Amino acid sequence: MELGKHERDILKGRKGEGMKKALEILIILAEIHNAKRLIPITSAQISGVSYKTIGDAGLEFLKDMAEAEIKVNTPTTLNPAGVDFTSELKFPEDFVEKQREIIDTYTKMGVLPSCTCTPYYAGNLPRMGDHIAWAESSAVIYANSVLGAMTNRESALSALSAALVGKVPDYGLHMKENRAPTLLVEVEYPIISEADYAALGYHIGQNYEGIPYFRIRKKPRAEDLKTLGAALATGQVSMFHYHNITPEASYYHIDKIEKVELGQKEVSEAYEKLNSTEDVDIIAVGCPHAGISEILDVIKADPKREVWVFTSKNLKELFRDRIDNENIKLIADTCMVVSPLEKMGIKSIGVNSAKAAFYSMNLSNLKVKFDSLENLLRD
Amino acid sequence: MRIKGKIVFSGIVEGQLVVSKKAISFLGGVDVETGVIRERGHPLEGIGLKGKILLLPRGKGSTVGSYTLYQMKKNGVAPSGIFSVQGDEMVASGAIISEIPMLYEPRGELLNIPCGKRAILNAKEGYLEVQD
Repeated sequence: MELGKHERDILKGRKGEGMKKALEILIILAEIHNAKRLIPITSAQISGVSYKTIGDAGLEFLKDMAEAEIKVNTPTTLNPAGVDFTSELKFPEDFVEKQREIIDTYTKMGVLPSCTCTPYYAGNLPRMGDHIAWAESSAVIYANSVLGAMTNRESALSALSAALVGKVPDYGLHMKENRAPTLLVEVEYPIISEADYAALGYHIGQNYEGIPYFRIRKKPRAEDLKTLGAALATGQVSMFHYHNITPEASYYHIDKIEKVELGQKEVSEAYEKLNSTEDVDIIAVGCPHAGISEILDVIKADPKREVWVFTSKNLKELFRDRIDNENIKLIADTCMVVSPLEKMGIKSIGVNSAKAAFYSMNLSNLKVKFDSLENLLRD
Repeated sequence: MRIKGKIVFSGIVEGQLVVSKKAISFLGGVDVETGVIRERGHPLEGIGLKGKILLLPRGKGSTVGSYTLYQMKKNGVAPSGIFSVQGDEMVASGAIISEIPMLYEPRGELLNIPCGKRAILNAKEGYLEVQD
């Protein structure tokens, strides 16, 4: 593989052991995927932040890395943690302590503690065609599909390695020829709510790999594309096209690719799989983190029961003192998936995100009701 | 018998082989205190990896498994060497940060070797030497 002087110096150990390991990881990934070179990136987004997901093993590793005094080489933001340190909610104390340590180690490496899965709402907004190294599957698919930036689905460790070295192996979705649609999806039922988009994404994500192209008449909101992408990414999908909407959709002729028509049956099945209860302790929105329109939706609905809205800290700050309804709790830096809800006395949750439903069931063992915000609040 | 492979992390170790015909999930699938495989129904359930040379088809499950391998190493219960059929990102990254000698893509049948044989994993030159 072609390596520049900077990389050769790193491999000789001149930039420290941690940096050397980071580059070794990137080189092995390149070899595994037959990449011929490393390419510079304009930003990184790192997952593996919540103590709930990385545990003591991850904390141990990050501490050792941070001790070596190495710094990231590109603007780097961070995924949600397990805790909102400024919230009135009671997070378990030992968990909070561990969480603080994890964020401190990342910060020491020069990572910005944005703690959001929507870095594009928080100042990390790549241009079309930018090569980036993002982990967090919902952000990856949004960046590729809606923003036209180029990234593979990195792991916590490969994204951290890319951030440190400032480069990433050139393969997969970094190459234009791999971004073409492989499946045309047509929908024969009316898509009405955000949850319909989520159910559609969930069905395709669980049953297909590759790059779907949605030909749907309805014009989605930007937030619908975020919800759709997150649901697709519960499987192996890392990019989609949406007819007349996403920036690369018009590049391709779609007449010759495999086609699937989805009807009421498929969408009902998706709803069924994502539902395991009728009554819920709380309603939680913001998976991925809520955008402005979604927060306004909740305010407008004026809920008579508790709704937790997970968002990025800049939007939490923006809406501070602008919400009169005490049932609405704005929470930043964490979400229903990576905070230890199951240890906070919550047994069931109502969500309008298929991703949240999927992981609440499978990671947190919560009972789930999945529906549109409007329907969740109606009961 | 000698089987060549590509090098992930360099080093030479000698030990007993543990051969898994099925993929291993490190996060949740292995006890980080003891190094024993605890995934229910896994063919190697109850078998310890400490100090062994692990042969496996690939990793599976969460990519956090790389960190699990790291913690096993710190706890002194990690395998001493790894040879994976597929170049698996989670296992390969884990081997690099944990400094466990590792090979991948064997040129020959790897997973039919019986458990318990002694072997040398030479991840400096890129081969596994199984003793008769």
